[in-house]
Amino acid sequence: MKIPGVSRTLSVLATLFGISIFVFLVLRVIPGDSITGAFGIETGALTPGQIAELRVYYGIDQSLLLQYISWIHSFLSGKLGFAYSTGVSVATLTKSSLPVTIELAIIGTVLGVVLGIAIGMFSAKKPGSSRDFAGQLFGLLALAIPGFVLSTGIVTVMANKFHYFPNGYEYMTPWENPWMNFQQMMFPGLVLGIAVAAPVMRTTRSALLETVDKDFVRTAHGKGVPNNKVQFRHVLRNSLIPIVTMTGIQFGYLLGGAVIVEKIFALPGMGRQILDAIMKREYATVQSSIMVFAIMFVLINVATDVIYRKIDPRIKK
Amino acid sequence: MTQSSLLSVKDLGISTVQDPRTLVNQVSFDIGLGEAVGVVGESGSGKTLSALSILGLLPRGVEVVSGSVTFKDKNLLTLDTEELRNIRGNEIAMIYQDPMTALNPVMKLGKQLLEVIASHGGINDGSQNQVRVLLLEVGIPDVNRAMESYPHEFSGGMRQRIMIAMALLLSPQLLIADEPTTALDVTIQQQILALVSEARKKRNMSMLWITHDLGVVANLVDRLNVMYAGRIVESGTVEEIFRKPKHPYTAGLLSSLPTSTGTNRERLTSISGVPEKPWLVGNSCGFAARCSRAQARCHSEIPLTVTTDSSSVACFFPLGGN
Repeated sequence: MKIPGVSRTLSVLATLFGISIFVFLVLRVIPGDSITGAFGIETGALTPGQIAELRVYYGIDQSLLLQYISWIHSFLSGKLGFAYSTGVSVATLTKSSLPVTIELAIIGTVLGVVLGIAIGMFSAKKPGSSRDFAGQLFGLLALAIPGFVLSTGIVTVMANKFHYFPNGYEYMTPWENPWMNFQQMMFPGLVLGIAVAAPVMRTTRSALLETVDKDFVRTAHGKGVPNNKVQFRHVLRNSLIPIVTMTGIQFGYLLGGAVIVEKIFALPGMGRQILDAIMKREYATVQSSIMVFAIMFVLINVATDVIYRKIDPRIKK
Repeated sequence: MTQSSLLSVKDLGISTVQDPRTLVNQVSFDIGLGEAVGVVGESGSGKTLSALSILGLLPRGVEVVSGSVTFKDKNLLTLDTEELRNIRGNEIAMIYQDPMTALNPVMKLGKQLLEVIASHGGINDGSQNQVRVLLLEVGIPDVNRAMESYPHEFSGGMRQRIMIAMALLLSPQLLIADEPTTALDVTIQQQILALVSEARKKRNMSMLWITHDLGVVANLVDRLNVMYAGRIVESGTVEEIFRKPKHPYTAGLLSSLPTSTGTNRERLTSISGVPEKPWLVGNSCGFAARCSRAQARCHSEIPLTVTTDSSSVACFFPLGGN
């Protein structure tokens, strides 16, 4: 490898190319097309002539290869394709929905990492004790309860019992109404945060338990370093690599979780955009939105690699 | 405990926490002011555990079950966390067996050294210099670069030098060296030994050397304690032990040392059998099974330590008579 980053960039591009083909094909495999998506059961009432015209209108009369090329062309030109039901480009849709998902993802990740590391440390402090049991129980429950169950549970309890459901109002961006935005983001963020926290907690716990027995931790104690500093500077610092890895992986799941959580909490984000587009078989919208997710995931992976180098000097530049 | 004693270990017992197994039994020794004391024994004899217990650094699952460790009128075993922390790295410092794992791999060396000062009174303008002076003393070539480097950029010998600098930073009264040369090349060993020995003389520091190599400590210590199966079986001045060993085990150890002179060297003698596990010794002399002088009594009774003048031995039938 002569120029750093070249082979990395190539492999990223290859990954994205593979994803684009996969998504494109999977969408064609599921029953129905843009016409049945738009007309529903009334499709049966259409004449063959009308169907042929509609096929031309939606561009699905072309060969798969041509459809793919025309989508990729539109994607690379920045329009990301055309969303027929709304009459605007997918780029326009994404411009308003992507910030919602990014905000949600950031809240979920931060909450998940803070919660996960805190409970992991709490648990690892005394393995086998009742506090460890409590921490592990949290981890297990958070892993076992699916996001949609937790989401609907929260919505049901808050709306029915406490008559509090901020997501029932129109969505507000943080710039329009920060307080309302916070209330609307709080619960979906928490649901995603808990989903991220569980594996992060388990990874933190095992990484910490492995590190506390290392020689350099004994050295730190032998130097007279106060215990809390030993725990943070020596034990936690050396346990960060697996924690960062796990967080990066969880980010992918978080994007998937966002699809369901956004729908339940009526947030106009990327997830809801994808879900609605799948129902309507709006190929370009689904494909482009998933590509945006894929690019985000790849970027997160690159970021984790950069973070590795920051936390461990032994990983060569 | 004599008047000038700095550290006094008395009847120390160490055992595993679960499924209790005795690892160290009734170990007692004194270290006087400015004195260097050695503890020799083979792997599993309990010498490292005894050393680690002084500063409360025993690994998880192992604990002190009896005895006392008195350092300047304070029993280190009963001190609270903060009092013990104040002594660690400050009044008593330690260097460890494996320099490859003893340093934090993701922390700059300068920071790891400064951490000692920060933990005992805090860093001031002179702290950086204090570290530099020590690094120079232990023979680190480019001091400023070293402080900005990470442990993996240094060899084992260099890392042990840095560990030594770290231990000497606050001029401790007692330095515990737990086999500091075992993991190093033979050529480096001598340099490290000389370095520590020099630093000790300069500071009139007391020292505890832990080693399995009698040849290593012969020139470094004033008194020797020989451990076997969790107990001290013989102690005395280096002279006494090398010239007139009383315990058959000590004699066996000495005869297994290679000589560095002569061309027609004889085959080294060895002690037949394997070392007994401390928790399996029970009511007998731990060495009985391997001892050529052993009699019925040795298998059914624990020999008491008999002290004469400056030496002591725990044997029913010591060499040279009682």
